[in-house]
Amino acid sequence: MSDIAGTKPALRWVVHLSVIFLVVLWVIPTLGLLVSSFRTADQISSSGWWRSLFPSEQNLTLRSAAPETQALENGLYVIEGALFSADEQATISRWGISSRDVDAFEPGQTVELRRGGTITVDAVGNYRMENSEEFTGNRGARIFVTAELPPEFTLDNYQKVLLDQSSTDSMAKAFFNTLTVTIPATIIPILVAAFAAYALAWMDFPGRALLIAAVVGLLVVPLQLALIPLLKFHLNIGIGKGYLGVWLAHTGFGMPLAIYLLRNYMAGLPRDLIENARVDGATEFQIFTKLILPLSFPALASFAIFQFLWTWNDLLVAKVFLIDATGQTTVMTNRIVELLGTRGGNWEILATAAFVSIFVPLVVFFAMQKYLVRGLLAGSVK
Amino acid sequence: MTPALQGLLTIAIGVSGCVGYFYLSNQFLDKVLFPPHGPNAGRNINRANMIRPWLFLFPALAALGLYLAYPVVETLRLSLTERVPGGGYKWVGLDNYSQMAAEPKFWEAMRNNMFWLIVVPAMSTAFGLLVAQLTDRIRWGNFAKSLIFMPMAISFVGASVIWKLVYDARPAEQDQIGILNALYIFFGGAEPQTWLTVPFWNSFFLMIVLVWIQTGFAMVILSAALRGIPEETIEAAILDGANPFQIFFKIKVPQIKTTILVVWTTITITVLKVFDIVFAMTNGQWETQVLANYMYDKLFRANDWGVGSASAMVIMLLVAPILVWNVRNARKEME
Repeated sequence: MSDIAGTKPALRWVVHLSVIFLVVLWVIPTLGLLVSSFRTADQISSSGWWRSLFPSEQNLTLRSAAPETQALENGLYVIEGALFSADEQATISRWGISSRDVDAFEPGQTVELRRGGTITVDAVGNYRMENSEEFTGNRGARIFVTAELPPEFTLDNYQKVLLDQSSTDSMAKAFFNTLTVTIPATIIPILVAAFAAYALAWMDFPGRALLIAAVVGLLVVPLQLALIPLLKFHLNIGIGKGYLGVWLAHTGFGMPLAIYLLRNYMAGLPRDLIENARVDGATEFQIFTKLILPLSFPALASFAIFQFLWTWNDLLVAKVFLIDATGQTTVMTNRIVELLGTRGGNWEILATAAFVSIFVPLVVFFAMQKYLVRGLLAGSVK
Repeated sequence: MTPALQGLLTIAIGVSGCVGYFYLSNQFLDKVLFPPHGPNAGRNINRANMIRPWLFLFPALAALGLYLAYPVVETLRLSLTERVPGGGYKWVGLDNYSQMAAEPKFWEAMRNNMFWLIVVPAMSTAFGLLVAQLTDRIRWGNFAKSLIFMPMAISFVGASVIWKLVYDARPAEQDQIGILNALYIFFGGAEPQTWLTVPFWNSFFLMIVLVWIQTGFAMVILSAALRGIPEETIEAAILDGANPFQIFFKIKVPQIKTTILVVWTTITITVLKVFDIVFAMTNGQWETQVLANYMYDKLFRANDWGVGSASAMVIMLLVAPILVWNVRNARKEME
């Protein structure tokens, strides 16, 4: 079979280039935020993140060592040193000794100092000052350099957002709150839905078809409708706003997809297997726990990933059912929205906070993509 | 007690509660209520088998009923009533709806939602189909697909932050840090634009965020559908001298029409519920309001449950045709 990427080499090139273009288009926004989270506030606001990936030319004002470090060599007073530390790897293109003419000289040139003596600066920033008389004063000479500096990144933002307890920008608490919401809200619906899915797939009872149709219908009911009635309900029965309420809400909202996915999968298991087990005298409960559950692992994993991503990334349900006036139970998505409001310009905090929250789903995504794809294919109503 | 511990305890209680319920209720049915031995063994077995499915179904049905079915009815009721100061409700008929219809913000939300409903499903499906087709035959196709699929894992809030940086604007004399403005200036734009405050067009900049997220979904499903096309149809077309574009538009696309429709409707539903992106990026300012955010405003800022519920019913009404269509398809498939 040959198709668009088939026989014609020119067309194949077009295909490759278009895919590269699309991938770049899709990755760049995320990459921008990721790169920004490793830059300082000054760097972010002074230049675009894409510049930080390449060496950048900067004008710096540096100072030689103080005269007190001078040494006497063969009758000459000498001050020697390096303008950059060994790991900075700067390349100097021009330098100068006067603020009015900062790029007067080339690296390696030897020039007269105004207060007597000579100075030379090489391309990597080593300098040598020589004088037949003693250098005086208590500060070193100013040296202006135009240098190309390698990209520079920092982990300070993550330190501040994750580890600094006193910082008001701390995400550590919200991180654990999110985790606390997510794990029970993922595990409990799976269990409840698995039993129901088994009944809908392999047990005969009147009204089964109707129930399945109802599940398909509820699949698309917008959860917006549930906000007020259920908040009222939670307040009435005394749960109020809190973890229990948000766990129950996520369990309810995840239920249609869970039942739908699991039922479809279980209905596809071989009939003989279940009939044989029944003939051998296994109870339905045993068939379910010993046979169906282990065999349904792929479908269980698919749904678990969906539910995990959805509960981890959720903002609305948490805002309505969990977060109270004290803000003690805030989740990461809500913290980020707050930061967007109060620190809209502080990209180093925003970018880092966002990446802390994005990181976990991305790991899950790349580790379990196979199951996610499988679930998507089974879950879209055909 | 720390929430983490509380969470662990809940998992333990929840899981053992579930397992305990299912185990004990089945035991009760078989050992106490209808034991499959004794004088009425046959009748008992039949009866037990009639009840058992409902034991398996009960917790799930309770959750579905309470968290999804009941709210539909209750929201409908709330949309027809008004809270009386001091407690209680008063029947007001369609007053909430007419009050809502008199608000310009509501019509702004409706108008924007219509654009969202056209642009996002269309663009996501088109891009998804394009990527699915282009990556089908190249060796690094799976790698490319997985990168385009990646935004699916990112929260709407995270995506909002990501795109806010893309759209960022600095005063003209400074270096631009938002890539869109940097490109705009690079290609000869005069002044940097604050993209999210340009009325009408700013909604489209918000839509791009959702297209960016949903394209991966469309791509995954359509890619599987393309692979499911019988090869004979394509071979026959090649023998007949069809060019690649004809093969794609005249042979492949018609065969995956139903899948395209499924993808389209699924994204449509996502669009109707979109809240986080607008909430985080503009909060409905500069004429970017959408229904879900309008509803949130009414419910939790204005504290007006009547109009809030009415707008929720509008969302439900817009979803209803898809709901009916899905149910009919599912029933057809089971027959």
